[in-house]
Amino acid sequence: MSDLLSKLLAERDWLMADGATGTNLFNMGLEAGEAPELWNEAKPENIRALYRGAVEAGSDIFLTNSFGGNAARLKLHNAQGRARALNRIAAELGREIADAAGRPVVVAGSMGPTGEIMAPMGSLTHESAVEIFHEQAEGLKEGGADVLWVETISAPEEYAAAAEAARLAGMPWCGTMSFDTAGRTMMGVTSAAMVDLVEKLPNPPLAFGANCGVGASDLMRTLLGFVAQGTERPIIAKGNAGIPKYHDGHIHYDGTPALMAEYAVLARDAGAKIIGGCCGTMPEHLKAMHKALSERPRGPRPTLERIAEVLGPFSSASDGTGDDAGAPRERRRRRG
Amino acid sequence: MADEEDIILSELSDDELVLQMHDDLYDGLKEEIEEAVNILLGRGWAPYDVLTKALVAGMTIVGYDFRDGILFVPEVLLAANAMKAGMAILKPLLAETGAPRMGKMVIGTVKGDIHDIGKNLVSMMMEGAGFEVVDLGINNAVEKYLDALEAEKPDILGMSALLTTTMPYMKVVIDTLKEKGMRDDYVVLVGGAPLNEEFGKAIGADAYCRDAAVAVETAKQFMSRKHNQTA
Repeated sequence: MSDLLSKLLAERDWLMADGATGTNLFNMGLEAGEAPELWNEAKPENIRALYRGAVEAGSDIFLTNSFGGNAARLKLHNAQGRARALNRIAAELGREIADAAGRPVVVAGSMGPTGEIMAPMGSLTHESAVEIFHEQAEGLKEGGADVLWVETISAPEEYAAAAEAARLAGMPWCGTMSFDTAGRTMMGVTSAAMVDLVEKLPNPPLAFGANCGVGASDLMRTLLGFVAQGTERPIIAKGNAGIPKYHDGHIHYDGTPALMAEYAVLARDAGAKIIGGCCGTMPEHLKAMHKALSERPRGPRPTLERIAEVLGPFSSASDGTGDDAGAPRERRRRRG
Repeated sequence: MADEEDIILSELSDDELVLQMHDDLYDGLKEEIEEAVNILLGRGWAPYDVLTKALVAGMTIVGYDFRDGILFVPEVLLAANAMKAGMAILKPLLAETGAPRMGKMVIGTVKGDIHDIGKNLVSMMMEGAGFEVVDLGINNAVEKYLDALEAEKPDILGMSALLTTTMPYMKVVIDTLKEKGMRDDYVVLVGGAPLNEEFGKAIGADAYCRDAAVAVETAKQFMSRKHNQTA
């Protein structure tokens, strides 16, 4: 337990992670279609401001600007050859901000999905996926990241490939999936199935959980699904600040700082140890979340009814884990 | 399943075989689908009937269960693969017999948006449902859509965006179509994680499609309306 995150997890009751990366960078003038990772080199001052925003709002952990920094995604910008360097710089900038914080702050090296569909359905093999993630992991390690932070994954195969890459890089890691399809991930993984997947890995993550997805209510339901499996592993909750709405040609997330504060407290009470935001979560949301987590006493584990009452309705009737989950269609006959 | 008796496709009656094909599509059994397509053709079925009664009908069941959260992307991709294998046999025959087309779609993610998994799923499922799909890939400016519409003469234009910052570009494309008097020549379907029905209406699309299964269903509904109008 020599790494900073393990140390903080052992010492503290809860840790706050950061908010959105994309939403913040777009507000600084990132053009849609531009790869945010290119800013690590071109506009480092903006990336420092992004990190500083989270740290000043009280985050104990912040993610590096490297979500799309794997060779498969960078290829869309003809920058596949720069994956390692862009990740290294993302982490170096993070190190700089974290070391100046005056308190322990974890630099988490963000690793998003490859965007490819894995074999046998798609063309990405396990070996290639491991290689892609490993390159990114080495860059983040070189830059001084404390931990690798795999996020927004939907396929179990991809989660496993990222785990193997972390092992090859000799780095501790965390990994969250995105549950956005009737309570499951796009590839059909339920909260219960993820707990199972995590515990079967040869190098399980320090913490696991859910990020992004549909809205704070759905994310809370997923969280309760993890807890119901009786896992002892620290759980991460990183939900979006509400749901995006369209007004006069602009999009904004409808989750207010007050709502995100409620979400943070409910997430802690439900059993999450690391709590943060995702899309739409700005420093003002993080400040409200930090205040609520610091001031409000721990309450009982919330029920689904309570969650819907405070945060709004769920996007689907079931999350695929209970008896009411849809059963596959009756087969006529099975072939031998 | 070794204790169950093996099914010999060629020994099934037409009705039984078609039902078996629905099951086999559901299970993504590519070789069985190819075999069954050939059996039906050998029994004198019109290629168009094989397409609609066996393949498209089977994929409809897959689509419903995907929509209802019973099947998920991996199963649907396997089913679409099996469908495509059957379709590959039928395609030249359909062209020869001058059978009616299911429809044609031009699809791409909008300018600024490089996220293509959703768009790829729609492409695969639309092909699985028998549509011809022209995929423009990612990051398409309005000119690229216009060129493709003129060159391909599709029935449907599909646009996808994953980012809240790129979804307003869909309106730019639709407004340009309106300016050029082309809007009514196409059914415009939009999709992507951050969109909703309200947004689809606000920008003047014909429909917002929540997922790939809904996209297929919606496309079919618009095509049948179109057939009814021209009939």
